[in-house]
Amino acid sequence: MGNLSIRSVSKQFRAPHGGATLALDDVSLEIAANECFVLLGPSGCGKTTLLRCIAGLENPDSGEIWLSGERLDTEPPFRRKVNTVFQSYALFPHLNVADNIAFGLEMDGRKRRDCDAAVSEMLRLVNLEGMDKRVPNQLSGGQQQRVALARALAKQPDVLLLDEPLAALDLKLRRSMQFELKALQARTGITFVFVTHDQDEALALGDRIAVFSEGTIRQVGTPRQIYDEPASRFVADFIGETNVLPLIRHGDAVEVAGQLQPASSVIGATDSDAVALCVRPENVRIDPAGALSATVSSAAFLGSIMHYSLTLGDGTMLRMNLAADATEQPTVGSSLHVSLRHLRAVGP
Amino acid sequence: MTSQSFPGRGPRWASAPALAFLVVIVGGPLILIFLYSWLSRARFGVGISWTISTDGYRKVFIEDALDGTTRLNAQYLRIIGNSLLLAAITTVATLVVAIPMSIWMATRAARFRSLLVLAVTIPFWTNTLVRTYAWMLILRDNGIVNNRLVGWGIFDQPVKLLYTNTSTLIGLVYTFLPFMVLPIYSSAERFDFRLAEAAVDLGARKRQVVARVIWPNLRSGVIAGVALVLVPATGAFLQPELLGGGKSLMIGNLIQQQFAASRNWPFGAALSIMLLLVVGIVLVISRLVGHRSTAPSLVA
Repeated sequence: MGNLSIRSVSKQFRAPHGGATLALDDVSLEIAANECFVLLGPSGCGKTTLLRCIAGLENPDSGEIWLSGERLDTEPPFRRKVNTVFQSYALFPHLNVADNIAFGLEMDGRKRRDCDAAVSEMLRLVNLEGMDKRVPNQLSGGQQQRVALARALAKQPDVLLLDEPLAALDLKLRRSMQFELKALQARTGITFVFVTHDQDEALALGDRIAVFSEGTIRQVGTPRQIYDEPASRFVADFIGETNVLPLIRHGDAVEVAGQLQPASSVIGATDSDAVALCVRPENVRIDPAGALSATVSSAAFLGSIMHYSLTLGDGTMLRMNLAADATEQPTVGSSLHVSLRHLRAVGP
Repeated sequence: MTSQSFPGRGPRWASAPALAFLVVIVGGPLILIFLYSWLSRARFGVGISWTISTDGYRKVFIEDALDGTTRLNAQYLRIIGNSLLLAAITTVATLVVAIPMSIWMATRAARFRSLLVLAVTIPFWTNTLVRTYAWMLILRDNGIVNNRLVGWGIFDQPVKLLYTNTSTLIGLVYTFLPFMVLPIYSSAERFDFRLAEAAVDLGARKRQVVARVIWPNLRSGVIAGVALVLVPATGAFLQPELLGGGKSLMIGNLIQQQFAASRNWPFGAALSIMLLLVVGIVLVISRLVGHRSTAPSLVA
């Protein structure tokens, strides 16, 4: 129960002045039951549109959506076992916390007084006991977020859609809510589809991540796959920090910042559609035997890591991260040799 | 010092000038009217004479015939009833127009919205009397409407529009529509229409979205609008005078006549107090109804 199948879904929006944007361009996805699936991408990439299509707030122009083996996209919203936590929370300002949580249950035809048990269970689940008589504008952002979560979970949906639910919270609260959500997801066994533009959040929360850009999916995989094996320059650049270098082929060799390296030392160099080289800053290592010589142009202490900007012999800038407690820390202006680990050639 | 910079935290006496102004401007005339209603007519000419009398109120209900007998007189009560009826129809008509209009306005782009609000207030730039005269020109037998109706061959001869209850109503609805639109619009503008989506997501059908989410958030605006239209429409005298041709009197005309032509100030004052009471009762009832129900009570 709760596996979602999105099959070739497209959705186009007509702009008021004639133009049209393709919010979803032939998107297909398989989301397993009990999975915490993250849709990650820059704003306006179509991830929220996909969420709204699943919820029934938008209708796809073409394609199908199936839930637990049954066609979903032809059903009206009130018949879908899918609920949403909205970015703005969208709590009803005229109802108190308990009535907000009971709202969805009442829509199913239950009497308000029969909902009390379910409401207090939900309040306990999100740690808001004793808040039932407050109205939304008496609550902090974090508390409102919890009410929105409780309201959506009260209907015991097969799939919970979360549209950037933590975006309005401060960093500390966001971090702790991420862990709570992850724990909640494991406990309830509900499939989570989580939309975010925050790559750290995606890595922390997702069992799997789909990286979106301009209405298409660029890559689907576990956080580790997405981070370690980005399929494209876009994904490598979007997730974490990456040094992107031009890919210049010389027969069997690849030119890296003016130095020739055998193609076999570069992952994916034989791919015909590869256009760039990527290397993570933590994979740039100080190596006296390294082929690349560089000058340290700046250094910054970032708590657990030291961040360096290096200028290579041909003028290329390269970012390097070292553990802050590493014994060897170069000084600004000094020269050194570096080698690149896990150098990867990627598509556009 | 800083504690005094918050609204409502200043010293009590700071409100004295405003309070005094209100007492004089609102309270003064009311007290005067109340006083006049318990006095008797001046023997000659204008004004009142300072002898206590219940004649003003008596005349509202009871008629002294020429033969010396007295009987119940429903004439004035009928006028009060007619006023309430016309005001109620005006209120319902303005509601029916104002609710969809306000929602439509509130869902436009922010820039266009302020233009629309400006458009609603344009009638206030001209005196009501002038605008009511304009309606006379529109509705009269050879006015714009009738010229077109006859010109296009829809009717053979002009339809009688002016000097009917209908034209009084047209004038009332026209005059009071902005007073209904503006408060409802201000509620609708504050309303976050994403809440309707949230309700749909939680399983609400269209009807439930309206009754459980949209209506409770528009209610305060509707109640304010009803008060702003029902009260002055009940006491209106310009529209029945000019557009109704004085044939179907409203209580406003009656009061105005007592102070001007008939020179019966105590009776006019008593009628004013009656109007105040009737409107007060209607407002209390409508407020009770509006607060008790969560479902639309004033709109279908």
